[in-house]
Amino acid sequence: MPFDVLKDGVSRRTLLRGGAGLVGGAVLPMGWIAPGFADEPAMGTWPAGSQGDTVTIGAAVPRTGAYAVQGEDELKGMQLAVEHINAGNDLIKKIAPKVTKGVLGKQVKLVVADSGAKPNNAVQEQQTFINENKIIAMTGSTSSAVAVALNKFAQREKILYLVAISGSNDTTGKDCARYSFRQCFYGETAANAIGPVLVKAYGKGKKAAFMTPDYTYGHTVTKSVNEYLTKNGGWTQVTDQVSPLGTQDFSQYLTNIANSGADVIINVNWGRDAVLSVQQAKQFGLTPKMKMVIPYQIPFLAKEVGAALTEDVYAATDFWWTLEDKYPLAKMFVAEFEKKYGYKPEWGANNAYMQFAIWARMVSGAGTFYPPTVIKEYEKGEKFDSTVGEVYFRAADHQLVRPVVIVKGKAPKDMKGKEDYWEVMEVVPGEGLMQKPDAFGCKLGSYT
Amino acid sequence: MLGWGPPTFNADIYAGDAVVNWANFVSQFFNGLVLGALLALISSGLTIIYGTLGVLNLAHGAMFMLGGYAGWLAYSYSGSFIVAVIVGSLFVMLVGVLIERVVIRQFYGRPPEDQLLVTFGLGIVIVEAVRFWFGSLSKTVPPPSGLVGITPIGFMMYPTYRLALLGIIAVALIVLYVVLYRTRIGMIVRAGIEDSGMVDALGIDVYKVFMLVFGIGSMAAGFAGIVNAPVVSIAPDVGESILVQTFVVVVIGGVGSFPGAVLGGLIAGEIISITSMFNPGYSYVMLFVAMTLVLVLRPYGLLGAAGRE
Repeated sequence: MPFDVLKDGVSRRTLLRGGAGLVGGAVLPMGWIAPGFADEPAMGTWPAGSQGDTVTIGAAVPRTGAYAVQGEDELKGMQLAVEHINAGNDLIKKIAPKVTKGVLGKQVKLVVADSGAKPNNAVQEQQTFINENKIIAMTGSTSSAVAVALNKFAQREKILYLVAISGSNDTTGKDCARYSFRQCFYGETAANAIGPVLVKAYGKGKKAAFMTPDYTYGHTVTKSVNEYLTKNGGWTQVTDQVSPLGTQDFSQYLTNIANSGADVIINVNWGRDAVLSVQQAKQFGLTPKMKMVIPYQIPFLAKEVGAALTEDVYAATDFWWTLEDKYPLAKMFVAEFEKKYGYKPEWGANNAYMQFAIWARMVSGAGTFYPPTVIKEYEKGEKFDSTVGEVYFRAADHQLVRPVVIVKGKAPKDMKGKEDYWEVMEVVPGEGLMQKPDAFGCKLGSYT
Repeated sequence: MLGWGPPTFNADIYAGDAVVNWANFVSQFFNGLVLGALLALISSGLTIIYGTLGVLNLAHGAMFMLGGYAGWLAYSYSGSFIVAVIVGSLFVMLVGVLIERVVIRQFYGRPPEDQLLVTFGLGIVIVEAVRFWFGSLSKTVPPPSGLVGITPIGFMMYPTYRLALLGIIAVALIVLYVVLYRTRIGMIVRAGIEDSGMVDALGIDVYKVFMLVFGIGSMAAGFAGIVNAPVVSIAPDVGESILVQTFVVVVIGGVGSFPGAVLGGLIAGEIISITSMFNPGYSYVMLFVAMTLVLVLRPYGLLGAAGRE
């Protein structure tokens, strides 16, 4: 073989470099070779990504576009979590007891890029992080379109993906991946949690107008909510107003709703789209005559539109800060977050924090960064404490089994502080809200 | 509507979505008029700049956004909507004049790609600077107190301010028309659109005209930005999607044509509104279909003329 190479006229320099590589390989420290003996062959960024004294996580979050506010929010949760992991904070230790200062003796570093909530951007940025930073895990998404794209990318690259915000059924359904894990609630669980509340509050046989953002999140949430209400409340969907992500003026959609005879508007729009559609529904006089429902809560919605517009609005959410009265870890989280950022956390930050904390738990539990072993640690399905009580991962689709929180907007006069926007009506246990693991066609894919 | 059976025409795709009846048609037609008026105003700014300077200003959306923010700032200090509108428009005009003088002027002799890149870059700088100073959380400017609420207009209830907006924009367009068609400066500007070389040859300082046109064009966007702020609360990205739509309007109406921008704006507004009555998912698709048709059948746009740059 070397002779063939020589025959093809390879320069002496190339040959020398090759030789140096061989020699270099032989004198590498044993630590590098050891995993090979433990049946842990190199894959993705393993072991290269965890050989130094730090490990890096790549975050592609939207800092521009319709989801920018929520992207910044989840970034804050991530930064707080990284700080806590590296310092061995008490809260992190409650979730991940084996964390000391850092994970497996290594400090965690976060690298961040702006995805603009666009799948292509997110994938390209993570590819850059893999090449340049040898990241050992990826995160970030406020759009399920991004989450689904990163699911596929994670599976291909064999790098863990910690889903940030993603409400589509598909993320742990037909587009699920062995390398991806979701902490937050989603369309089906939102529908089954908020559905009974709506039927009880507004009665049977109501007419619902849906407002749906035109991508996987919007369509799956609308479908799940509509199915629940049709089947269990005898409601009718009188119209479904599908709008592109980033719509500014909702007048034409609201005009349709005004003429549809709806009793309730189920607004699935998210981020800035939700802010604008809620404001404009009020301008058009649709609300409060028609009741507004937000099946998938938006961080900072109430702050942006004002409490007068979220009064009496029902929403399903992952977390609201007044849960601190119910869960000790929630109390710790709210206090830590407020100390660092000066305001009460919203669910995007909580979700990001929990994802990192759970990751730290799983890696330190597995005792290695080797991805398949870490994945199997998640798949054990052990129960552990979180900011919303005891939770566990479902091995079959990598969805966290967790409660969904139903909140209702407070009237401005009932608010006890300037951030007291929502009243927690119910915390619905996760178990009964979820479909069978294979109902949405999840096939996880291989470990290696 | 929800069953898993074979989809029929009336099932999955159409029945749940469409509210097709005469009342809704009239409502949507009217709403399209309001949407279209706003597009017309922003597009007229873009089209006179392109027509005169030959520069496609990709920072035009940022100007729209800037008008909103400048107005919002003025509003938070003065509490007056009128002050907000005046400050918003004048500030953007000033920014426009500065940009022309400092940046755009260096690019007249350079290839169009360079002009596109530099205005595109300017747009990013302006948007991100605003994001840096004011954050991403949206800001609201309430409508003037007399224009709050809803007005019944027979076939539907319509937000009072949006009704007023129709009038406000109509007045703005008339003012722009008078400036362009009834004043000496306007005549020079229009001459510049047809043949800026000839204007220069006649001994008129064409650069001064360019600066003025860029200022007026920017002001149209800035004015639209602040009068639209009570309708769509402002955020740094607010100009992004508007920019795309105004391009479509300019192409439909004819590049460099002020009446074309107005006509194109109204057509675009109606297409978006009426299509959404049948299926909102297609309203922007239809807009681009219309643009394609115009490009195929009348390459210079409905009211455009060959030879304009």
